[in-house]
Amino acid sequence: MNLCTYLERSAREHPDRIAVVDPSGRTWTYRELDETSSRVAGFLAANGVAPGDRVGAIAPKSAEVVATLFGIMKAGAAYVPADYTAPSTRNRTLLADCAVTAVFLDPSCADIVSEWPHERRPVVCWLPGSVETPAEGIAWADAVAAAPLAPSRLAAPEGLAYILYTSGSTGVPKGVKLTHRNATAFVDWCSDEFGPEPTDRFSSHAPFHFDLSVLDLYVSLKHGAALYLVSESLGKTPQDLAAFIATNRLTMWYSTPSILSLLAQFGGLDKLDCSSLRVVQFAGEVFPVKHLRSIVERWPQARFYNLYGPTETNVCTFARIPTPIPPDRTEPYPIGPVCPYCEGIVLDSFNGAEVPFGDEGLLHIAGASLFEGYWGRPTDELFFERDRRRWYSTGDVVREVVGEGYVYVGRRDRMVKRRGYRIELGEIERGLYQHERLREVAVIAVPDASAGVKILAYLTSQPGERPSIVELKVFCGRVLPSYMNPDVFVFLEALPRTSTNKVDYQGLVRLQQPRSAVEAAGASKS
Amino acid sequence: MDNVKDTIRDYILREYLPGESPANLTDETPLRTSGILDSMATLNLVTFLEESFGITIDAHETGIDQFDRIADIAALVAQKKGA
Repeated sequence: MNLCTYLERSAREHPDRIAVVDPSGRTWTYRELDETSSRVAGFLAANGVAPGDRVGAIAPKSAEVVATLFGIMKAGAAYVPADYTAPSTRNRTLLADCAVTAVFLDPSCADIVSEWPHERRPVVCWLPGSVETPAEGIAWADAVAAAPLAPSRLAAPEGLAYILYTSGSTGVPKGVKLTHRNATAFVDWCSDEFGPEPTDRFSSHAPFHFDLSVLDLYVSLKHGAALYLVSESLGKTPQDLAAFIATNRLTMWYSTPSILSLLAQFGGLDKLDCSSLRVVQFAGEVFPVKHLRSIVERWPQARFYNLYGPTETNVCTFARIPTPIPPDRTEPYPIGPVCPYCEGIVLDSFNGAEVPFGDEGLLHIAGASLFEGYWGRPTDELFFERDRRRWYSTGDVVREVVGEGYVYVGRRDRMVKRRGYRIELGEIERGLYQHERLREVAVIAVPDASAGVKILAYLTSQPGERPSIVELKVFCGRVLPSYMNPDVFVFLEALPRTSTNKVDYQGLVRLQQPRSAVEAAGASKS
Repeated sequence: MDNVKDTIRDYILREYLPGESPANLTDETPLRTSGILDSMATLNLVTFLEESFGITIDAHETGIDQFDRIADIAALVAQKKGA
């Protein structure tokens, strides 16, 4: 099975139904989406893009981008989406990493290709944008208008469908290679579990470089439903977002808990009719029960699901939330049992032995949704064989509970989740190290009651060279995505070191504890 | 007016720039276009202003072009209090 088959089938069965509603409100039918994506494929083939190639897509959400993603796959290539608001250097690095042969860009992202210090410059196609299209490259509308309706060159199920870049442990983003089979195993399960219908109206809240978008795009279009694209700015404005759900009578919602928490607190839901919502899914981080309860109270008719899984496994466990939620519950809900296309085992983090039922250990996953590896990196150490299956360590510590599946305990290493984004603290350090007046940098994350996780940057500088905190915030805003900007900057004379002269992160965590205790004492006195 | 500015400045320093010297956060420092306040922090600031000054701020009044500097925000608060 290939993801494009879903669209092609829906276009045959429901050619005139609405497939995509653009953030501007413009609608695209299934016929338009299918035909336009075939023309995108024709354009790519005519410009030398071959099956198995990688093609970038970096732009705000639009129906054109959806057609482009399908067009890339119809050309037999894999799409590589990225955050159009991220620094150009980061985007250029990841496009070069997987050696894209073509790239679709918003004109505001022209910096990414203004210089190309790598081998073979990709073909550049400019998506319609709010700023003028640069001279070099071709405008999307012209490319599509001139292109033939190419016959699809669909990749085999084991061919790559897309590459999603996540923070790497060395601070360099890693490209997670995902095949059509990886995605369709999940999409077909969603069909069984959520029962989508052609009359459904799906939200598309997550950006396309975030793996939550896989459910929105492919489950919706597989079933002939309408996909409502939520623009990045609308997605962050709870009052408008809530009104968007009510006005468009959305039936399916999927986002991070952060967004649902914002809707519950600031969405003005008491004044809106959102009774059309029948399924609400969330994933990406732990949902504080306080906010989950208030959203369930506002939308009592909906079925609520907690979906769990790193990008490398896609969703691999799921739990339906029993509603209503008792007023005295404070424990987060379990992540649930594994999805039927997966298997899970819990292994001791130190000796790798299977832990007794109910003990904490690292969750390992095998099955059809498991990724192929990281682009350009050896796979030897990613997986291990056991019972003739290939297993991947999620790096998440869980324990199993009778009848409830797995309970999430926390992350083992320094990868943290903030607002649904996975952050490797090393990448923030790398960003800060670019500041010429900082000498040493160490970043830690600590739990925080209001923000979920708080990021603290410990810094040293040459005497008299210390940048102001305002300056550091602004600097991070320039070199890092906004969700990586540290909450607190602390200058030290020197960073604590372990006996092997490595930065003593545990020492920094301990340093932070008495400090916050002092702060708390100060606050209570004032 | 200066009281309002100082109240806003103290709040931002306390919540989002702990340890910073007040002199480095001027009335004209861009807050949102610079990365000092993200969308979540902006919502919290709006809530803080509404509670501190007994005013209501509408979503359309918090656009990035009129709600980016302490000077602009204080002017909005002053106008609301006067209304």
